[in-house]
Amino acid sequence: MADQEMLSGLKPPLLHPDMDANREWLHKNKSMRLVDKVMDEHEAVRRFVHEGDFIATELYGSVRAPMGICREIVRQGFKNLNFAGQGVMETELLIAAKCVKKCELTYQGWEVYGISNILRRAAESGELEISEWSNAALAWRLKAAAMGISFIPTRSMLGTDTFKYSGAKTIRCPFTGQIYAALPATMVDVGIIHAHRADRYGNAQIDGISGFAWELARASKRLIISVEEIISSDEVRKWPDRTMIPWFLVDAVVHQPFGSYPGEMAYCYERDQEHMQSYFQATKTEEGTKAYLKEWVYDLKDHQALLDKIGTDRLAWLKSQILGR
Amino acid sequence: MEYKPNELLICVAARQMEDGTSAFIGTGIPMLAAALAKRMHAPNLVTLFEFGGCGGTLEHLPLGVGDSKTFYKAFAALGICDLMETSQRGMVDYGFLGGAQIDMYGNLNSTVIGPHDRPKVRLPGSGGANDIGSSCWKTIAIMQHTRQRFVQKLDFLTTAGYLTGPGAREAAGLPRGTGPYRVVTNLALMGYDEATCRMKLLATNPGVTVEQVIENTGFELIIPDKIGVNDPPTERELMLLRNEIDPNHLYI
Repeated sequence: MADQEMLSGLKPPLLHPDMDANREWLHKNKSMRLVDKVMDEHEAVRRFVHEGDFIATELYGSVRAPMGICREIVRQGFKNLNFAGQGVMETELLIAAKCVKKCELTYQGWEVYGISNILRRAAESGELEISEWSNAALAWRLKAAAMGISFIPTRSMLGTDTFKYSGAKTIRCPFTGQIYAALPATMVDVGIIHAHRADRYGNAQIDGISGFAWELARASKRLIISVEEIISSDEVRKWPDRTMIPWFLVDAVVHQPFGSYPGEMAYCYERDQEHMQSYFQATKTEEGTKAYLKEWVYDLKDHQALLDKIGTDRLAWLKSQILGR
Repeated sequence: MEYKPNELLICVAARQMEDGTSAFIGTGIPMLAAALAKRMHAPNLVTLFEFGGCGGTLEHLPLGVGDSKTFYKAFAALGICDLMETSQRGMVDYGFLGGAQIDMYGNLNSTVIGPHDRPKVRLPGSGGANDIGSSCWKTIAIMQHTRQRFVQKLDFLTTAGYLTGPGAREAAGLPRGTGPYRVVTNLALMGYDEATCRMKLLATNPGVTVEQVIENTGFELIIPDKIGVNDPPTERELMLLRNEIDPNHLYI
């Protein structure tokens, strides 16, 4: 084992993990001052997302996904974004609308229904450049950035083509000699998280599983959060232990009830299975995809227009379907 | 009682789950199998879902691994790092995996068919599979049994099985004593030969011959002298599956 050659993945990380540069950027551009950050989705995306940016979304395409913000990114017509992550719908929408050029991917698929037609067309045509990572690897890379360190050693990805087509490297532990996969930190340009509620400064609470919201919030230069509900700071101060994302990480707070639609939100509303099925059918062809994007994204001026189109009866029914505690 | 091939597959998978152990559960058949096991012989099976669901009741069938049904009445709703680190620390017994291809060492492909950068078919990618295959003590793969899926050489090695054979996992840096344990298919139940780490036939499904299994396997499967036969689903198993676990026929 002592002679074993150290290995490098073939696909260098899209972001160089220069932590001193990140420190300087955060020190200069972020602040702990209490500022009212509530704004609409047009403003949030216009101010904080820029062509060429590396973005990441959380949680996962049909569950507490920032669909409202992603639809706005599509509407604003970006052509040259990169992303890290996984998705059923939110990252898929960005690929479908040809907003992204490169991605650090762990999973893009439809679980029960099968594989993603959108990803297939983008990957098989060579249009989308992809590096491979495991699910935990992407989350741990955010965790490393959150810790302010440039890599994290793990026991995932070793020995596989997933490693080979990633930007990981093997390293040896200086204490034990154990081989680990060293994963480069990812401090993304823009993180986007949909949360249950926040105050106007951005102190955000999430109910149910936390996915990788904790890590992404701390590994984002700019952080847009959309929320089901805006609450008072007095309410936040009553339950400070519930603040998963503190204000100083947040740049924009966007009020978007049903912001995860057609995905679900724990304890709030169930996913719209019929809508997701019709979208999945539509994506089987390029024309169907275009028609879907026109009807459900481009032709709607904002999130409220989407809610109006779905209608209050349907939204009330989705609320009635979600499991309680 | 009449049953569908998938129902037997779910029952055989469920019977692999041990009471009082912990298991990472993926979407689809593993969810049904875990729900069945918890109602049959393994009420204390702790189901883990990679996005954070930990020790839920599985009273309602989830549609995805982040679904709120994965943590309904759960002991804990955690996050992905927390659960994957729990596994990396050595505290997760089993992991259930699937894929488009498997080889004789239990390595799995769920990334691409054809070359990576210009694939013939782009599949979803690793997701949590690589992590689960890396750090759970034992993994159980659930597959459809065809020559296209049981291959001599994978198009892409997404998730580590025994890699190239004995000692290869440890040499790569993977945790000692971990690796593939069972493969459950629509035709048979397989395990692994201890000396060679190669897949071996353990039992066939009712009505399936050993020759059929061999014909549908694209690599040389070890055929021991003694081969069992899986019991067909019992009436109780079928009743639970059809009436309680998946009454809306989402999966079966």
